[in-house]
Amino acid sequence: MSDAVSALNGAEFNGLAKVVETGLGGMITLRGDLASDRIKAAVKAATGTEVPATRRIAIGAAGAAAWMSPDELLLMVEYDRVGAVVAKLGEDLAGAHHMAVNVSDARACFAVSGPAAREVIAKVAPVDLAPGQFEAGDFRRTRFAQVAGAFWLDEAGVFHIVCFRSVAAYMFNLLSTAAHPHAKVGVYA
Amino acid sequence: MSTRLARQGRLIDRSKQIEFSFNGRKLKGFAGDTLASALLANDQMLVGRSFKYHRPRGLVAAGSEEPNALVGLGVGDRFEPNQRATTTELFSGLIAQSQNHWPSLEFDVGEINSKLFSRFLTAGFYYKMFIHPRPFWKHIYEPFIRQSAGLGKAPDKALKDADNYEHFYFYCDVLVIGGGVAGLQAAKTAAEAGAKVLVLEEKSYWGGRTPVDGGRIDGLEAEAWIARTVAELDAMDNVTLRQRTMGAGVYDHGYILGYERLTDHVPGQGGPRHRLWRIRARQTITATGAIERPLSFAGNDVPGVMLAAAMRDYLVNWGVTPGKKILVATNNDDAYRTAIALHEAGVEVVRLLDTRETGGGALAETVRGLGIRVECGRAIAKVKDGKRVTRVAICAQNGEGGAREEIECDAVAMSGGWSPVVHLWSHCGGKLIWDEAQAHFRPDPERAPTGHDGKAFVVTAGSASGPLGLQAVMADGAAAGARAAEAAGRPAQGVAVIETTEVDEAQMEPVWLMPAKADIGLRMKTWLDYQNDVKVSDVQLAAREGYESVEHTKRYTTLGMATDQGKLSNINGLAILADALGADIPQVGTTTFRPPYHPISMGVIGGEARGEIFQPLRKTPMYDWHDANGAHWEPVGHWRRPYAYLRAGETVDDAVNREVKNTRDNLGLLDASTLGKLIVKGPDAGRFLDMLYTNMMSTLKVGKCRYGLMCSENGFLSDDGVVARLDEETFLCHTTTGGANRIHAHMEEWLQTEWWDWKVYVTNATEQLAQVAVVGPNARKVLEKLNAQAGGGMDLSKEALAFMEWKDGEIGGFQARVYRISFSGELSYEIAVSASEGQAFWSLLIEAGKEFGVMPYGTECLHILRAEKGFIMIGDETDGTVIPQDLGLHWAISKKKEDFLGKRAQERSHMADPDRWQLVGLETVDGSVLPDGAYAVGNGVNGNGQKNTIGRVTSTYYSATLDRGIAMGLVKHGPKRMGEILDFPGLDGKLYQARIVDPVFFDKDGEKQNV
Amino acid sequence: MLILECPYCGVHAEETELQAGGEAHLKRFGPGSSDEAFHDYLFLRENPRGVHLERWRHVNGCGKWFHAARCTQTLEVFGTYRAQTSAPPQDIRDKITAKRPGWTWREFEG
Repeated sequence: MSDAVSALNGAEFNGLAKVVETGLGGMITLRGDLASDRIKAAVKAATGTEVPATRRIAIGAAGAAAWMSPDELLLMVEYDRVGAVVAKLGEDLAGAHHMAVNVSDARACFAVSGPAAREVIAKVAPVDLAPGQFEAGDFRRTRFAQVAGAFWLDEAGVFHIVCFRSVAAYMFNLLSTAAHPHAKVGVYA
Repeated sequence: MSTRLARQGRLIDRSKQIEFSFNGRKLKGFAGDTLASALLANDQMLVGRSFKYHRPRGLVAAGSEEPNALVGLGVGDRFEPNQRATTTELFSGLIAQSQNHWPSLEFDVGEINSKLFSRFLTAGFYYKMFIHPRPFWKHIYEPFIRQSAGLGKAPDKALKDADNYEHFYFYCDVLVIGGGVAGLQAAKTAAEAGAKVLVLEEKSYWGGRTPVDGGRIDGLEAEAWIARTVAELDAMDNVTLRQRTMGAGVYDHGYILGYERLTDHVPGQGGPRHRLWRIRARQTITATGAIERPLSFAGNDVPGVMLAAAMRDYLVNWGVTPGKKILVATNNDDAYRTAIALHEAGVEVVRLLDTRETGGGALAETVRGLGIRVECGRAIAKVKDGKRVTRVAICAQNGEGGAREEIECDAVAMSGGWSPVVHLWSHCGGKLIWDEAQAHFRPDPERAPTGHDGKAFVVTAGSASGPLGLQAVMADGAAAGARAAEAAGRPAQGVAVIETTEVDEAQMEPVWLMPAKADIGLRMKTWLDYQNDVKVSDVQLAAREGYESVEHTKRYTTLGMATDQGKLSNINGLAILADALGADIPQVGTTTFRPPYHPISMGVIGGEARGEIFQPLRKTPMYDWHDANGAHWEPVGHWRRPYAYLRAGETVDDAVNREVKNTRDNLGLLDASTLGKLIVKGPDAGRFLDMLYTNMMSTLKVGKCRYGLMCSENGFLSDDGVVARLDEETFLCHTTTGGANRIHAHMEEWLQTEWWDWKVYVTNATEQLAQVAVVGPNARKVLEKLNAQAGGGMDLSKEALAFMEWKDGEIGGFQARVYRISFSGELSYEIAVSASEGQAFWSLLIEAGKEFGVMPYGTECLHILRAEKGFIMIGDETDGTVIPQDLGLHWAISKKKEDFLGKRAQERSHMADPDRWQLVGLETVDGSVLPDGAYAVGNGVNGNGQKNTIGRVTSTYYSATLDRGIAMGLVKHGPKRMGEILDFPGLDGKLYQARIVDPVFFDKDGEKQNV
Repeated sequence: MLILECPYCGVHAEETELQAGGEAHLKRFGPGSSDEAFHDYLFLRENPRGVHLERWRHVNGCGKWFHAARCTQTLEVFGTYRAQTSAPPQDIRDKITAKRPGWTWREFEG
């Protein structure tokens, strides 16, 4: 069907930072032995990237792979490709103990950009956001105020956040509140 | 009178006049004033009434240690009680009200009352009050206490705080709390060593009190050195400077809270009012300075009696003086500086009383040189009571207070010596030592608070360490910076030696009571704790009544328990206690210092969590539709689920009953998206689920569903749901709405910590799918219509998809997984589509269902439908003490399996006891609805004389289907007592009678669901 | 507020990212065990002043369970280690011994 909609349908807020719900993204939870050659090959085939190092995200031609835990990756591909990629992973890893599950619709995705983006996130997540401490390609699972989430920084300086779909409105309002135009901390921006 | 001087006032800008009001009086101040300095400039010496006796009170201090000048600040939704005038920066339009008085500050009835009741108000007031005679409490004591107790006025409960707040997480190598000269020097030393440094200063200016006290640092006047150092620090990339930010508390593992006040001085400008800095620092330097102690003499609370250094602060910083003729009393050299400053400002110092027979050092000579009369070995006997100082009787310090002379004056400057601010050092376990020479407790560097690595993580700097002289303070600041940097992994290249100018001071002399042998009349007028109205005589009484521990005395007398936490009173109080007990001060010890250092706003603790984001609210993909269609919401965990959908003119009960009938007769739709959906996969998945569920799951065939129960290891029923086998290695486990995260965590826990060699992976896919229960006689018809409209789709006939089977396919063009399961006893399909398509699928069903009488139904209808069928509900029939056997679920407990979680526990004697209460249906004799949670009473009484209970109601509803009340309950020997009538006394005083029946009330043979 | 290093993802997680899970290295007793052994397994827990071994989960993080060796009195953390073990590994024991010579905890000692 073509009437798939993301939780907030692309909501946007402009303040200290720009907060955007980035719409539906294809996401696959892949669990297995991350050190195995078969997983490495399957991830490469699915996303074009290597298996990322601990707490890193690897971004490739056809998608990205993020380190979730010692036996779990989050693969990101185009939304429409997910079914095919999950099927392909199943073939590539047949016989190897693994799990590949489509979680695209279970998630909401946000981008936080602008000079104050680090500060906005540092208001709600117990993570050191100082430059040098959190850099492009770093990936971190943590809590955003009262909900679990994961985030990473891309080469363009944009933070990307993933959380559960049911709390999308909470996350958007939380980030928008933190990005209130008069709420600049002035430490990183 | 107190007044603004023509000159002086380094912090005020006389070109910027500011209007404000106090108790309705329009007053003027200058930019840079605090409310306190502006009040003094307007001759407002009386600033409040005391808590217990409603004594007139004036300003004592100039900083956050101020005990008296608490005001109600602002109006309406920005009103806040108990704000300190000394830490309130003046702004245009500020509105302040004084506290604890009626009808007015000038004339107060409470003051008269307190004289009548004063015999009740001694030490142990509360302890003695709360005892007999009991009737007195309600009619006499309580009304009196209620009228007089409570500091300030609570904000109007109908109004919400107009401001916003936020948190900020920050990480650094070295945190410096306090931006005085020692803190700045420590920060500079640490920063130059390469450490990432954060400096917090609670005030709006740097340098602490050094510019007031004077002296040169590194060849510069103090003020110039401060400006230079701040500029240097500001220019460094590794340094962050924050003013108006107090270090509020030091906690385990280097966690420190900073309290930043962003808009208190510019209210309403937008943005957060306060920000809570949640800091993790490898090392924390507390450069928090020292606080001057009052002297304990009779009438030391009369407005106009002020700490000597505070008087100097008002003079130098804001150009105000509390009087024109001032008497100075001291036991140390520092107060001489006040005499000099007053004299230089043109204020008459009528006398300087030094308790020391030998008098002061070099400063004393200077004072004498100015023509000020200095008397040694002398003391204040008594300040005459009143709304301000008018007259002081003086005497020998070493006597009983026989007054020799009375002096006219309008203010008194007092200094009892200095105590380092050790609060932050002590919050996390830093220990203190008694310094005989300075007569104060100071941090013991050998017993610092320790962090995660067992090493010290707090260092003190400057006068917070103990030393008071400028040279020692600067050296200590530099050393502290170097030590902290090194401990944080950034060794300094060497510690700078800073040259300062400093005057030699004579040894101070401890004076805990003035005069030393003051009689009881004087001691009853000698205040220790201004804010809680505790006097020397109270502490002495406590000691006589057997209170030896300082912690007990604190609670008995309330010494140090007010909002200032005894910043001025603690040391003086415990010295009096030690004396009364005949013990040494260090033996008596101090009370525990607890955070925050100074009260912080409730708002900042909550941070951003208010209004819409007070807590996360979980929404299903169809939330907006429900909201637009009359949903009466019910919170289920963080989810919001429709309880019922109200139509115009309907009550909630009406709507529920309509939904029940319609679902039984036509077609109902339930948003079941919140049900947990856990995917369990791997070669050992079947074996794993056999351990988790009480029944056998490994034998489930692909394509089939099975209802299962999960117990905790101690046997109690924890969750239930339908398991579907997706393929040989993969199961989908449904959990209750509230159980999804909990059961996912439960699975991970057993897999990770007990059976870590089992090959099983679990993913929580709850939110991937929107799930709709299509329920009722017309369920198949509407789905077949969807398929017909789409030109094809899966076969939903009884033959193709039997009860307790599932299938993947298309319905109405949507990719779907369909389960033939029923929690209502009706023909029912639970259909899962991707969450992103959930709303579209729901809308399609609503539209197509119109001809079949479709109505959405909510959770209450769901509950009633299941209760009519006798299905249990986790959280209703279970409460953490119920085992499946209690609920007649033996059929779902495998006897073949050797082991499952809870099996061994269910063999324990109490679990196997035939007397356990068991599930039955309950039908009221008259058809009414039993009260929820009501107990059935049997014969006899228990040890407390209460009737014995033999059962309780677990679920109770009005069944629209049966037009009567139905209920389930747990009853002793219940299943063997069918037909018996039980008594259920209601809380409403009525007696309800219900007959024990089978819990299945409707369609006992299950004919409706198997069509 | 404690900080514990998650041995799986390396994050120095503050307590708000973690969930406490009680005593470590419990030995499960199931069907066939004596009433006494089962009772002790269910209910009997250490409550030491000093060295303690306990379970934590990096719940707002990588989701993994781990163990921490910690002093309940000073909150000093001797080390954290993975949960897939029924006894504290030697390097953790050595770290505890270095700080608390002569320590004992249940059947384990320095």
